[in-house]
Amino acid sequence: MSLLNSILEQFINGLRTGSIYALIAIGYTMVYGIAKMINFAHGDIIMIGAYSLYVYSAVLKLPVIVAILLTVLTCSVLGIVTEKIAYKPLRNAPPLAVLITAIGMSFLLQNIALLIFKATPIPFASIINVPGIHLGSLYISGTTLVTLGVTTVSMIALTLFVNKTKAGRAMRAVSEDRGAAELMGISVNGTISLTFAIGSGLAAVAGILYISQYETLMPTLGALPGIKAFVAAVLGGIGSIPGAMLGGIILGIIESLSKAYISTQLADAIVYGVLVIVLLVRPSGLLGKMKIEKV
Amino acid sequence: MAMLKVSDLNVYYGVIQAIKGISFEVNQGEVIALIGANGAGKTTILHTVTGLLRAKSGKIEFEGTDITKMPGHKIVTLGMAHVPEGRRVFADLSVYENLILGAYTRKDKEEISKTLEMVYRRFPRLQERKTQLAGTLSGGEQQMLAMGRALMSHPKIILMDEPSMGLSPIFVNEIFDIIKQVSASGTTVLLVEQNAKKALEIADRAYVLETGKIVKSASADELMNDDSIKKAYLGE
Repeated sequence: MSLLNSILEQFINGLRTGSIYALIAIGYTMVYGIAKMINFAHGDIIMIGAYSLYVYSAVLKLPVIVAILLTVLTCSVLGIVTEKIAYKPLRNAPPLAVLITAIGMSFLLQNIALLIFKATPIPFASIINVPGIHLGSLYISGTTLVTLGVTTVSMIALTLFVNKTKAGRAMRAVSEDRGAAELMGISVNGTISLTFAIGSGLAAVAGILYISQYETLMPTLGALPGIKAFVAAVLGGIGSIPGAMLGGIILGIIESLSKAYISTQLADAIVYGVLVIVLLVRPSGLLGKMKIEKV
Repeated sequence: MAMLKVSDLNVYYGVIQAIKGISFEVNQGEVIALIGANGAGKTTILHTVTGLLRAKSGKIEFEGTDITKMPGHKIVTLGMAHVPEGRRVFADLSVYENLILGAYTRKDKEEISKTLEMVYRRFPRLQERKTQLAGTLSGGEQQMLAMGRALMSHPKIILMDEPSMGLSPIFVNEIFDIIKQVSASGTTVLLVEQNAKKALEIADRAYVLETGKIVKSASADELMNDDSIKKAYLGE
């Protein structure tokens, strides 16, 4: 009985981490779908989000809700600005140039944080003050509850936005055929900006949840969840939003169960191993579309 | 005054000049055909007019407005629709969503649903399949969808690029009938076709293109009886 209990607990832990990965993975996958590029600076948006929250709530002592909204806004604007100054001029450049620029942008953001906040980790207590609940002998912490609630709401809202609104329809059109979308009167640049804004906004939310769990600020804090979420996006099928959600959650659960029952050191190896196996069987990822190249 | 006036247009792909100083005019209510062999530059002209490509020099005016440097998505709002070569419907979106995207630049919901009804009347098959993904339609149905989608913007002029390409003879006739109807309802048509015979049958005037230049322009009747045109394009 206690084994079952512990498995359940690890499962819920995995769900919590996984849903954060999923939020980040959505940003990777949306940007890939619309702009056909991997934004390697996406992980650092999480870091900027975490530091922004710290500045707004701990330094400027703003009310929590205001601090959260400002954090999301800061990251969304940052997302739009990075796209405009770094990626837009390379719209028709070879993919390798864009990739290198994205990696450069990642370093730039990390170094800006390093300059401002220095290398010493800053302790930052969680802003989430919600009591946990006991379900029989199972205990679920407040942070976990809030994380699951917030990620679920964000994902539902995003799904509705993409599938039911005019702007969402325009996004899907641009991701399928940029030229044809332009002929419909859709501004491709505007749609790309919107995509970066939404992806970065979700990364900000992920950053807030992530820092509430780890409670320590470092300029490199975005790197690990960033790369995990990228793996999640590829696992789920890059370009597919449901795929990113599924990939993130699966990855979180595998990671958590591996850490608990197999080996802490091997957990990452197992996660990447699963990715390799999935890609061998389904090269386009779990929910990705198999593309038949026409000659 | 011409509705669409193209003067001395030059378009390049890198160092290769695809369009070499072309000028032509389309008047309100006309059906104009651009005919010519593969690679003559027909599609390039349409792409440049609707802003998907940029001209190196020359001028494109639509109802007196210079649109040479205007972004494609703004040109649509002036009342110009483009049915691209290969149809380019949004395969992962439903037929209905494709049509609604055609009206992206319009605001009035009531007017949009009126146009939608009109499109459904013209293409009953699209109504039958409105919830189906566009990618699952046959080639002819996709062509109808592409045309319906263009009509959704309520255009003054519609540019059609090879609407008969890859279709069965029955569908080709159907598509040309529809082009005639679209023209009869008051929309100006600029048609690019390899099927010169069909194009000349419904056109008022036509321009003949060869390797990026206009080599002949005349009324459709005249061209149909022109010996060199007969030989080169009509297979007689």
